[in-house]
Amino acid sequence: MCGIVGLFLKDRTLEPQLGALLSDMLITMTDRGPDSAGIAIYGGAKDGLGKITVQSAQPQSDFRNLDADLRAAIGQPVAMLVKSTHAVLEVPLGQMEAARSALAQLRPGVKVMSVGDAIEIFKEVGLPRDVAARFELSKMKGTHGIGHTRMATESAVTTLGAHPFSTGPDQCLVHNGSLSNHNNVRRDLIHAGLRFETENDTEVAAAFLAHRLRRGESLGQALEATLEELDGFYTFVVGTRNGFGVVRDPIACKPAVMAETDAYVAFGSEYRALVGLPGIESARIWEPEPATVYFWEH
Amino acid sequence: MPSYDLATGSLRELNQALHDLRGQSNMTDWEILNPRGAHAIAAGVDAPVDIAVLGSTGYYCAGMNKQATIRIKGSAGPGVAENMMSGTVIVEGDASQYAGATGRGGLLVIKGNASSRCGISMKGIDIVVHGNIGHMSAFMAQSGNLVVLGDAGEALGDSLYEARIFVRGKVKSLGADCIEKEMRDEHYALLEDLLRRGEAEHKARPEEFRRYGSARRLYNFNIDNASAY
Repeated sequence: MCGIVGLFLKDRTLEPQLGALLSDMLITMTDRGPDSAGIAIYGGAKDGLGKITVQSAQPQSDFRNLDADLRAAIGQPVAMLVKSTHAVLEVPLGQMEAARSALAQLRPGVKVMSVGDAIEIFKEVGLPRDVAARFELSKMKGTHGIGHTRMATESAVTTLGAHPFSTGPDQCLVHNGSLSNHNNVRRDLIHAGLRFETENDTEVAAAFLAHRLRRGESLGQALEATLEELDGFYTFVVGTRNGFGVVRDPIACKPAVMAETDAYVAFGSEYRALVGLPGIESARIWEPEPATVYFWEH
Repeated sequence: MPSYDLATGSLRELNQALHDLRGQSNMTDWEILNPRGAHAIAAGVDAPVDIAVLGSTGYYCAGMNKQATIRIKGSAGPGVAENMMSGTVIVEGDASQYAGATGRGGLLVIKGNASSRCGISMKGIDIVVHGNIGHMSAFMAQSGNLVVLGDAGEALGDSLYEARIFVRGKVKSLGADCIEKEMRDEHYALLEDLLRRGEAEHKARPEEFRRYGSARRLYNFNIDNASAY
């Protein structure tokens, strides 16, 4: 199974409530995915600064003095906000690559969850309610976000097997379904030089998108290509700097419901996930068509 | 009129109360408030009662219905009226995928659109959709009637047995072994009755529909194909 939620705000006055609305939607999807949960939230971009969100299995030792160590390595100020097993590092935009290289040297056990101006990704194993509480998701502000509750089928229940997966700067992917040709696609992508952390099928889809984007395709083209190259069941939701996109496989047995009002566009694996949103009674509600790429962006 | 609020009461308690109506006749008019997309609302009812659900429902609303008339004043999630035996289910809004799947009898009316796989493997149910239906509808449908006032998606009636399909609008494509067939007097009479019972008699006339059915080439054994088995 798995559950997906997404919320894209058109009404900026709702931005302080984004985390609270999205957390409730995520928790409602617990019975679709009690194994792990994750969220990608977009907001708080600052001029000249980028964000690197990192995760560690030993946060106490890995995150101790990490900001000072990075500052010494790149010669620029670095701010760090630790949230449980994750930390958000604020780095001058020109130093992002240098910071990532330094991070790999300084703390080899630390994994990069996301990189970008606005994106932050938090994900962990456990019930969505507990994951949301651990990262204080309900207090987060932002313009849009996507969340995922996982019921594992293709690979183990681990932090790195949870969604969202990063596909590039300010981009991420969540998936409901299972891919049947992920081993073949993974092999091809390894030949093309990509590296994998898990045996997870969605990581392959994320790497597939990242690879296509690096070759110069637009995200829309890359999503169209999934319809040709990826075999199996999927509803994909992708987060972008300015909004989100949705694509379902041609059979479209994995559910998807959208709701739109003047204030927001929302996505849920089920209508249940949307019922707490303001004005849902008068929202336009529909299901995205199979094999069709949709985007909602500012 | 018994009124049950799912914002305060449990779904299990509601469904138990509805199941307990079997063999009774004194509480015939029910109202269910705040369904909020919950699953399996009024599934397994077996009594000649009227049930109104005031809002949108999740998976399998009115599944396995026998005798009851269940009206959803909202949209329905996947598998509405799945495996219905008898009675009537009316969805005022849209229905998600596999509406009326495997239904053996009764009438399902969808006033909006139905998504993919509407009437998949239907076995005697009648389904009237006022809007459009999605892809792979009436897949392996065995008997009963599917009436669509709007358009049908890809692969309509794939691997069809003996169900009849009537579509007023466009059909994107027919599935394997599904063909258009002539409309005869008996079909006009059948449609007139279904449109009336499906609350659609003012929206469409029987002569506006085309009929689709099985070419009967797929499900009959053909000796020329023996080596393929």
